[in-house]
Amino acid sequence: MARHTLSVLVEDVPGVLTRVASLFARRAFNINSLAVGPTEIRGMSRITVVVEAEGDLLEQVTKQLNKLINVIKIVELVPESSVQRDHILVKVRADAATRLQVTQAADLFRASVVDVSTDSLIIEATGTAEKLSALLSVLEPFGVREIVQSGTLAIGRGAKSMSDRALRSA
Amino acid sequence: MSKGSPISPSLMAAKPAAPVAPAHTQGRDAAAAATPSAVQGPNKVVPPTEMLGSAAIVRSLEELGVDDIFGLPGGAILPTYDPLMASTRLRHILVRHEQGAGHAAQGYAMVTGRAGVCIATSGPGATNLVTAIADAHMDSVPMVAITGQVASAVIGSDAFQEADIVGITMPITKHSYLVTKAADIPRVLAEAFHIATTGRPGPVLVDIAKDAQQSKMMFSWPPKIDLPGYRTVVRGHSKQVREAARLIGAAQRPVFYVGGGVVKAHAAKELRELAELVGAPVVTTLMARGVFPDSHDLHVGMPGMHGAVSAVTALQQSDLLITLGARFDDRVTGVLSTFAPGAKVIHADIDPAEISKNRTADVPIVGSVKEIIPELTSALREQFSSAGAPEYTAWWSVLNRLRETYPIGFTQPEDGLSAPQHVIKRIGEMTGPEGVYAAGVGQHQMWAAQFIKYERPHAWLNSGGLGTMGYAVPAAMGAKVGNPDRVVWAIDGDGCFQMTNQELATCVINNIPIKVAVINNSSLGMVRQWQTLFYEGRYSHTDLNTGHNTVRVPDFVKLADAYGCAGLRCERDEDIDATIQQALDINDRPVVVDFVVSRDSMVWPMVPSGVSNDLIQIARNMTPEWEQED
Repeated sequence: MARHTLSVLVEDVPGVLTRVASLFARRAFNINSLAVGPTEIRGMSRITVVVEAEGDLLEQVTKQLNKLINVIKIVELVPESSVQRDHILVKVRADAATRLQVTQAADLFRASVVDVSTDSLIIEATGTAEKLSALLSVLEPFGVREIVQSGTLAIGRGAKSMSDRALRSA
Repeated sequence: MSKGSPISPSLMAAKPAAPVAPAHTQGRDAAAAATPSAVQGPNKVVPPTEMLGSAAIVRSLEELGVDDIFGLPGGAILPTYDPLMASTRLRHILVRHEQGAGHAAQGYAMVTGRAGVCIATSGPGATNLVTAIADAHMDSVPMVAITGQVASAVIGSDAFQEADIVGITMPITKHSYLVTKAADIPRVLAEAFHIATTGRPGPVLVDIAKDAQQSKMMFSWPPKIDLPGYRTVVRGHSKQVREAARLIGAAQRPVFYVGGGVVKAHAAKELRELAELVGAPVVTTLMARGVFPDSHDLHVGMPGMHGAVSAVTALQQSDLLITLGARFDDRVTGVLSTFAPGAKVIHADIDPAEISKNRTADVPIVGSVKEIIPELTSALREQFSSAGAPEYTAWWSVLNRLRETYPIGFTQPEDGLSAPQHVIKRIGEMTGPEGVYAAGVGQHQMWAAQFIKYERPHAWLNSGGLGTMGYAVPAAMGAKVGNPDRVVWAIDGDGCFQMTNQELATCVINNIPIKVAVINNSSLGMVRQWQTLFYEGRYSHTDLNTGHNTVRVPDFVKLADAYGCAGLRCERDEDIDATIQQALDINDRPVVVDFVVSRDSMVWPMVPSGVSNDLIQIARNMTPEWEQED
């Protein structure tokens, strides 16, 4: 099954995330990641959903999503013409003996150290899912204690804006 | 450079590009500005007036042009029942169970084409509406359900009679609202009616917290509707319409596969014109019965699990399905992969999500059939004038033979009791096509679909998608309120009738003289039929003890009498006509007729579950003879 990134522009009203998520649940879609936040337009939020699905079934669910009154617009963002980023915070074991090695590893990934204690570090990194998974495998030997990760954020390349076009047609 | 790729071209139709709004209405206001008439009703201007939220609910309904409401009060909706009492415009009909209010609203909507309105309190009042809401959602019935909710301060605290009805109904409503501010009431109600009645109709729930009903607000009318994500395509794409016309011109064995969408769109006249121009056979689904006259030469019957051999075969052998407002439901298609294997598909529907959901469409047309059908007709007229009109002589000879050889019929039961089919047939013949017929769910529903001749739309009401037993009596009640001058029959079963017959009290008290035919075979007949056919006659829990040679619990005649209805019983063939006539003559109160019939009668034809429609049986283990078609 292929992985798809959908950008869903919605009205920022109570229950909208439930409505969107439950449509995926009804057809037993596995949501790989989900990111929700406000946009440049007041009252509008954007949900980025990464799902694994067959094309036909995804099309059906997308049509159902489009029927939701609070959904303004949906586009699929393909990797070639979009920027897709994940954000991660990792708590790694690091004492006086290993701290330097850990920070050097982080540097290689342009990750930054955002918290230090006597026996641990918190590393913050942004990048594609592949880059972050590479970072994690480098950090793994030192002892990863905790990971928290955002959903994928995605935006189309070029000058055009999804919300601009959606609202002009609305 | 394109930044995002839309999922598919057909998706684009779901949220189409409307004309660009003028600069001064940029942004979210553009939607409201572009559609000033989205508020239904006369749009009378009401200057800002202070009132309570409860009064605003009543006033909004009045301004929306609502006449009739079905409901039952309780704590959380009590504030609204006070101004409701004073309304001279709104007729509120007090039901005996909220499910009855919901089905009554459906029946009302089905015969009038306007949104039905039901109202209930929070918690159990609201959950009792759930079945009717789900039913309306499956059958695309325009309905607005208003429920009281506990005060906003205690929502989520398991307060007395609290239920998250917005959450519960999310998958079975077209949209839903939780209103916690009185000021939002007029806009939300106007939006609810707009959403319920436009596009593919459906139920909208408006849940209003008690404190919103009790607080002051400034009422003005019309409110501004703000629905930037709600757009319905009405006009079909002209290129697609031309492509459909081209396919029709090239087809040898086309069939009009007509569904309930044509009823909802009020497009019976347009359909007839198109069908007569093309001269191809027409099948009307369970939801579409009457939208094309049964008596018309082009009509070859109802398709599906209990459809006519001619209709089922027409679809199976077709090379082109001209699908209008239908959705390839599993009861029509049988095993999907074997359905109409040689047919190309034109699919016109107002809901883009229906297109290619079950069967891939070769020519999808998103829009209202009310607009698409006339466009198709004129495209075809032009095409026929140059290329000549098609002739389907060979196709009609196949279908005519099937229609003549295998008409819908029945055999007399061997136990000496009346045939239920005969009772229903006579009710239809003696009442005529101007009557309204509402059925429950089961054998009697199928017989009512098969043996009553429907000549006009909005005459046949049933629970098609959800299959809700108990639909008939309250739906008939709602239909009679909507069409007071028509004879309205509830064709019910003894099982169904026991689920909702409490609404007879509502009918008597409010002078709603419906007629109920209880087709009493003393059992849950359709389940029993399946037990006969597929479970070696092991009748597990289908005996209801209401019929011939039983203890008759309850006695339907006594029950009718207890409710103040006329109660009649008919147990012999020779009394059927006289009893129906007697029922037709009583118009000052509801009539309940206990038609005692055989329990062994079965619904035929039948396509057994899980097989191809090609294996349709005209009676037990009897299939039609196909050889002559080859």
